[in-house]
Amino acid sequence: MTALLEVTELRVSFPAGTGRSWPVDGVSLHIDRGELLALVGESGSGKSLTSLAMLRLIPPPGRIEPGSGIRLGELDILSLDDKTLREVRGRRIGMVFQDPMTSLNPVFTVGDQIAEGIRAHFPVSRREARDRSLALLTEVGIPDPASRLRSYPHQMSGGMRQRVMIAMALACEPDLLIADEPTTALDVTVQAQILEILDALRKKRGMSVLLITHDLGIVAGRADRVLVMYAGQIVEEAPTERLFQRPSHPYTQGLLASVPRLTGPRTRLTPIGGAVPTPDAWPGGCRFRPRCPQAFDKSELPPPPLPVEPGHTMRCWLAEPEGL
Amino acid sequence: MTTALVPSVSNAFSSREARLGACGLILVILIAVVLPWLLPDPAVQCLSCGALPPSLHHPFGTDQLGRDVLSRVAGGARISLSVAFISVLLSVLLGGLIGTVAGYAGGWVDSLIMRGVDGALAIPRLFVLLLVLAMITPIPLWLLILVLGTTGWFGVSRIVRGEALRVKHELYVQAAEALGARGHRIILRHLLPNTAGPLLVAATLGVGDVILLEAGLSFLGLGIQPPTPSWGGMIQDAGEYLFTKPWISIFPGLAIVVTVLAVSLIGDALRDRLDPRNA
Repeated sequence: MTALLEVTELRVSFPAGTGRSWPVDGVSLHIDRGELLALVGESGSGKSLTSLAMLRLIPPPGRIEPGSGIRLGELDILSLDDKTLREVRGRRIGMVFQDPMTSLNPVFTVGDQIAEGIRAHFPVSRREARDRSLALLTEVGIPDPASRLRSYPHQMSGGMRQRVMIAMALACEPDLLIADEPTTALDVTVQAQILEILDALRKKRGMSVLLITHDLGIVAGRADRVLVMYAGQIVEEAPTERLFQRPSHPYTQGLLASVPRLTGPRTRLTPIGGAVPTPDAWPGGCRFRPRCPQAFDKSELPPPPLPVEPGHTMRCWLAEPEGL
Repeated sequence: MTTALVPSVSNAFSSREARLGACGLILVILIAVVLPWLLPDPAVQCLSCGALPPSLHHPFGTDQLGRDVLSRVAGGARISLSVAFISVLLSVLLGGLIGTVAGYAGGWVDSLIMRGVDGALAIPRLFVLLLVLAMITPIPLWLLILVLGTTGWFGVSRIVRGEALRVKHELYVQAAEALGARGHRIILRHLLPNTAGPLLVAATLGVGDVILLEAGLSFLGLGIQPPTPSWGGMIQDAGEYLFTKPWISIFPGLAIVVTVLAVSLIGDALRDRLDPRNA
């Protein structure tokens, strides 16, 4: 497989007090064609900013630091002019946001809003745009799509709106769909439906999906690969089965231990103590050290990504043979 | 225009004051639209029937030149309302556009525009109007409208900028950006329609202001030029007969009071509904 999107040493900074802070601090990742990649982490770990950076949508006064690299195929996203950048947004990379209740403009019909994206990228007539919108609504499983085209967002449920958001993001047939916590605001039953739709569309269209979530539960069985993010860095990367079979980073282990399981012996849930540090006060050395039950002397040095097994790396000194 | 707006606007008319205002405004509009077709020409003079008190033939009486006061009040309504509506429309368009651009662009563009607006707001509007209109005589109607319109948008742009700052951070604006929408489309489709509530309130209250301003200017002879009837001008003409023949000035004065009061009542009701921060 060839990498569709490649991010290298991405650093995003915001002004903090007199200096700057780095909520995303040296993220490197790649997304292959047709792959479903999951980016997992707690609130504040920098996963949303990482995805916004891919479209250069970091809200000011934040900025992407020099030295970062984001390449989409042959395009260097960070050096694109505004016009080309707009062509990438929506056309090459689509985005679905977390909260479907506020991601749609309340004053226009759903059909208008889907058509807007289509007409921004393709020279089609209103009528064609409408027909395409209709097909998209059908594709994302909205019943009675023809009348739904004329609905306003407030007349729809959360699940329906999220389907509309997906339809909007798919409207221009992007190569990569970034879904930032697409199901967090939805009921559990609707969550499953939305994820099914995303997965089905990915397979049908051969596009890649970057699924951003804090919920390891929705990753299992769907993602090809998982990246675990903590304090602005990717701390573990592994194929999904490997991650669940052999979580290696103490943080990943902590995350898995704090998710309730339906099978296996009943044990108490063990939450990770403390909270994610704030970006202006990342701990020195290993960033998980203050919360890590397995921290040892070497944790005082920042660990680089170290191989655990082929295709499986983590930022933890425990991966070194002498550490184990 | 918007489904969210329509029920709010119709709800606004559930209060007694708002209904009273609506009735008053409809009455004045009807007078402006219908009466000039039925009544004698407001410009026709009749020296033998000068300054007659109200009667069946002349319900509001006649003025010192024998012109029917009711037809002049109706003609004045036509002019006053048109001037007010068109110039407020101009103010709202200018203020809406400039305010959203400032709010959306942010940074130095925003600072530049808003400091300019602050400066303009520091100069009394009446002073600017007097200065401009005194330089140009006679004043064509379109110029009066233009001057009123271009001096009325500063406050509007401030309100709209505040709203735009709020709406800018809504996810649907971010979603539109992520879909590759251009800046002007975001301003026209996402920011402006979602500031419609406060904009409508500002526009309604602005109509009252402009009617008063125009009456004041016409009273000073700087507004609408005779023989075109205007409420302010009529009061000015009848000044010397205020105590001896009060009907000549009372009826246009009453027309001003009724119209401005009606518009204010509607504006307040809309504000209570649409602009919770100022309620």
